[in-house]
Amino acid sequence: MLSISLEHDTPDLGVEFQLPIGKLSAIVGPSGSGKTSVLRAVAGVLITRRSRVIFDGDIWADTEQRAFRPAHQRPLGFVSQTFGLFPHLTAAENVGAALTHLPRRARAREAQSCLDAVGIGGLAGRRPSELSGGQGQRVAMARALARKPRLLLLDEPFSALDRSTRKRLHVELKRLQNSLNMTVVFVTHDLDEAAQLSQTLVLLRHGRVVQQGPTPELLRRPATVEAARLMDFANLARARWVGSDASGITLRWGDVLLTAAGGSQSQPTDTVSWTVRASDVLLVKHNHPEESRLGTILPAKVVEVIEMGDSVLASVSVDDSGGEILRMRLRPGAVRRHNVYPGSQVRIALHPQALVLMD
Amino acid sequence: MDWNAFHLSLKLAVWTLVLLLPVGVVTGRWLARTQTRARPWLQALFALPLVLPPTVVGYYLLVLTGAQSPIGELITSWFGVSLVFSFPGLVLASVLVNLPFAILPVQRAFEVVSQELHDAAACCGMNPWQAFTRIEMPLAWPGILSAAVLTLGHTLGEFGVVLMVGGNIPGETRTLSIAIFDRVQAFDPGAAGRMAGLLLLISLVTVALGYGVLEGRSRRARGSG
Repeated sequence: MLSISLEHDTPDLGVEFQLPIGKLSAIVGPSGSGKTSVLRAVAGVLITRRSRVIFDGDIWADTEQRAFRPAHQRPLGFVSQTFGLFPHLTAAENVGAALTHLPRRARAREAQSCLDAVGIGGLAGRRPSELSGGQGQRVAMARALARKPRLLLLDEPFSALDRSTRKRLHVELKRLQNSLNMTVVFVTHDLDEAAQLSQTLVLLRHGRVVQQGPTPELLRRPATVEAARLMDFANLARARWVGSDASGITLRWGDVLLTAAGGSQSQPTDTVSWTVRASDVLLVKHNHPEESRLGTILPAKVVEVIEMGDSVLASVSVDDSGGEILRMRLRPGAVRRHNVYPGSQVRIALHPQALVLMD
Repeated sequence: MDWNAFHLSLKLAVWTLVLLLPVGVVTGRWLARTQTRARPWLQALFALPLVLPPTVVGYYLLVLTGAQSPIGELITSWFGVSLVFSFPGLVLASVLVNLPFAILPVQRAFEVVSQELHDAAACCGMNPWQAFTRIEMPLAWPGILSAAVLTLGHTLGEFGVVLMVGGNIPGETRTLSIAIFDRVQAFDPGAAGRMAGLLLLISLVTVALGYGVLEGRSRRARGSG
């Protein structure tokens, strides 16, 4: 485990979480959430007021024990947002800068092989100013990997790159992590990027952990309204708790009864927040043969339809909900088949498993 | 031509540079990196010789290091020399007056080395000394060169403080700029002109060499960029 516990004043930090060894983990949060500071503290280049960083049983920092291993003694590689390449050194020399423990000739050989490994062996003699964003990123990656680190820290490594380069490097990072089985922690503000790449995810806001856990689980089930907002859940609402039985928890939303399988909030309470992803709100035909298996069926009126590339975002006003609006993401074909246009009447289904109750 | 004065000016410039440059590098780098709230005050203190009349600096040096002052007495008892009207006093005055020329360009140069590069150096496994010599110094050296050129040029031409602290003792404290003043006072424009011309030439060559080196470096950088 990579165990991280940090407290700091400027920037304000108060985080405690653990990440698995040998996996790719993401720290996600909006700008100013403290994610870069967390990464710098793990690297040992930001000294926080209180810190406890333990990597696989190895204490890197522990304020209480007055233990601190400086950054240059930690077995890690670090790639920053703008790569941090030394401008006066060539690509090969940049990589060689991480190999100063080797004799000069061996260093040059090893630097060249590191550059070959990331596919830019031919650019060894170029300075950072002569490299494109993608090439610079590869040099930075080669430099970070040159010392064969046990932990690779990436600070928004793809944010400065164009879309196609970013997509290509996503694949390469996954391939690299799979082949080396290395512990990788990267920070990003892009939830989609984190969802694609990471196995574990930590949501950060205002220097505090909002939620953490296995990425697929976390993306499906936000534990709090704050987490749902950070993960851009389009539908957030409150309902009254009616009761619970083996089939689930019954909620009253306006005059509508909903059934939810559960969530982080599973104790009886007066009112409860719930959410459902826009893609989990389904359109249902009249007389659908398996209607009973789709969950609660609700009549609704379409109030807005917005085409968003290969999907359509529709807003519907659910009958008897007190004018509440739900947003649903549909395929263009479904929009045509179901005659979805502003003012049209539709039927929607909310499956109990799709409804997430939150603290 | 007063070759003694010329020799003394060169000696003073070299001593000032040798003593001041390490101080400039250490202080300039510290100022570039420190988070202390006293930084503006410290910067102002180091920049004072730029705005104060040289006679004011000279006056305070006389007061502080004169034979009657505690510091002057201490130095005389320890080293057996008086700082006033002596070459060591001249060097001290020159070092103090040139502090802004040695520190401020170096500080600006080290400020250009971003936190990101410091982080990168540490995460590459470099200890602070390795990071300083391999990353910071190569990036900051144009600023250090500028500081050296400015210090050298300014010391060669320094007049007010030198006259206040050192007086005008031939072979001991009479520098080229004082010798020029002396010759003008003595209605000897020929000698004054020759010495002024020599000072002009040396200053021009020194500064041009400095700029030449910097220009060559930026041309190489542009060529490779």
